[in-house]
Amino acid sequence: MTVPASWYLVLATLLFAIGGLGVLIRRNLIVMFMSIELMLNAVNLAFVALARQQHVMDGQVMVFFVMTVAAAEAAVGLAIILAVFRHRETVNADEVNLLRW
Amino acid sequence: MGIELLVAAVKALIAIGMLLNLAGILGWVERKGSALIQDRIGANRAAILGFAGAGLVNTLLADPIKFVTKEDVIPRGVDRLLHTLAPCVNLLPVIVAFAAVPFGDRLRIGERAINLQAVELNVGVLFILAMTSMGVYGVVLGGWASNNRLSLLGGIRGSAQMISYELAMGLSIVAVVMTFGSLDLQEIVRAQGHNIAGWLPGWGIFYQPVAFALLLIAGIAESKRAPFDLPEGESEIVAGYFTEYSGIKYLMFFMTDFAEIALVSALLTTFFFGGWQVPYLTSQGFAFPWGTTVELPHLLVVLLQVGSYMVKVFVFCWFQVLVRWTMPRLRYDQLMWFGWKVLLPVGIANLLVTAAVFLLLQG
Amino acid sequence: MSPLVFFLLAIPMVLFSLGVVLARSPVRSALSLVVALFLLAAMFFQLDAHMIAALQVIVYAGAIMVLFLFVIMLLNLQQEPVEAARPAQRAIAVAFSVLFVLSVGLAALRGLPALPGPGVEGAVAGAFGSTEALAERLFTRHLFAFEVTSVLLLVAIVGAVVVARRLGK
Repeated sequence: MTVPASWYLVLATLLFAIGGLGVLIRRNLIVMFMSIELMLNAVNLAFVALARQQHVMDGQVMVFFVMTVAAAEAAVGLAIILAVFRHRETVNADEVNLLRW
Repeated sequence: MGIELLVAAVKALIAIGMLLNLAGILGWVERKGSALIQDRIGANRAAILGFAGAGLVNTLLADPIKFVTKEDVIPRGVDRLLHTLAPCVNLLPVIVAFAAVPFGDRLRIGERAINLQAVELNVGVLFILAMTSMGVYGVVLGGWASNNRLSLLGGIRGSAQMISYELAMGLSIVAVVMTFGSLDLQEIVRAQGHNIAGWLPGWGIFYQPVAFALLLIAGIAESKRAPFDLPEGESEIVAGYFTEYSGIKYLMFFMTDFAEIALVSALLTTFFFGGWQVPYLTSQGFAFPWGTTVELPHLLVVLLQVGSYMVKVFVFCWFQVLVRWTMPRLRYDQLMWFGWKVLLPVGIANLLVTAAVFLLLQG
Repeated sequence: MSPLVFFLLAIPMVLFSLGVVLARSPVRSALSLVVALFLLAAMFFQLDAHMIAALQVIVYAGAIMVLFLFVIMLLNLQQEPVEAARPAQRAIAVAFSVLFVLSVGLAALRGLPALPGPGVEGAVAGAFGSTEALAERLFTRHLFAFEVTSVLLLVAIVGAVVVARRLGK
């Protein structure tokens, strides 16, 4: 019995929810960022599974682009976190609150 | 189904066996080779009843026993899990990368044709690049999990060096893939079986000399051997990122060094020196360009091919040992400058020229 | 792929993802994520996406996560007590996540709606998921996106260097 594509979608949903939980619960900026990467990978899994089911390559091309954009975003995001750390000596999201009410 | 599994297991065991034995022998070769170059005798004390067995006693008995029986010191304040994990993470990708390297042509036993390559991957080249990328983690973790500022410095330097030279490696491999038209290493080796102009073996080095130089330099830098060994700089930061490791963990770091030498040698032979190809040897026997053919039984042909592979790998291992004890160490900024500002542009230029030549030859 | 292999990959993947979110030390979070990404690459391989699997290891697990580890080490983030969000926020977050998984999961399991048939433009070069097939799609139909992505990467490189630079050097 082969695994139906819906199982992969359930797994992708689970990973996406865990990533979302990480963003909402954790206050450390870097861990929040890693949770975002986890969400992106969950989406990649969904794309690849559906591409396989539909036997169309465009799903994998989309994954290629998601990976590239994630790399670019990781580089810039980590640079920003470095800059924030230099100024505020912290990576706790609760303490970077200069512009908050 | 069972036979397939057995054949696959035996191939994997052979690949791992060749690698681990080579790594052990290289330890001995390094010590005696450096002694030869430095005009001294080298390690000659380990012997049983006065019989040193040409270094086998040292390699197989004395060295391993010494490392295994040493006390495993874990410094205070480190993350114990990471401290124990770092040597394993360092060693594993290098061993796994050997799964994609072919060590012989198809072996025909009865009606079964066994491809002498541990696993047939149609993206074999990418697999090897992926495994070298994973090798960075061992260095990073080794430096971090030591609770030692200098080790951390060595670890960060080492990993920055590795990811910089991975680019040059990737570019040279891409040039080779362009020339031979496949990502599967067995196909690349098979494509080097023809003769150029009737007499010259069609090996990669005649098609891509620049890529050969690039892979040689980048490979030596990737395994952090001299002249690129500042991360483990013996005269500067003790032992760099593996200062705080002793006993078996140190042995594993050391073995990674030799396994990477073997891996780089295997890549150089596979891409540029015909892998298991023997000049003028076809699957029926020798076919010399001046007309004589010598018929050879199939098993002998396969043995010759596997033997030629091992000889070529060993030659490159010896060459890397030679380079280590001949050249002075590069300073860190010189190292990074060389990787980014010399090797990377040369690699890209090589790609452009290769593509242009292909286009001209087609049109 | 047989269900055995699927669960062999999926269960550790979920466990390590939970490790990313729940680990106290950022280094352990990063390493858990690396393992999860590696398992994901194995799953991609089983899904006939060989090139994407290799790219996942090379790009994601081998480069992006190394970048994360570098930053964690440069900032010397030690093990810290789990900084708690306000309990109300945590409860709502967990509730919403569970709701999300249940709704989407059940909808998926009940059967996907009828999607258009295979092949938007017919057969692809090479085997499915191979480098040739991916390249054929990438350089013909999605060429513009490919070129724009290269510009995007250049912009990201310049941006990262500018933002992370020490001022007043």
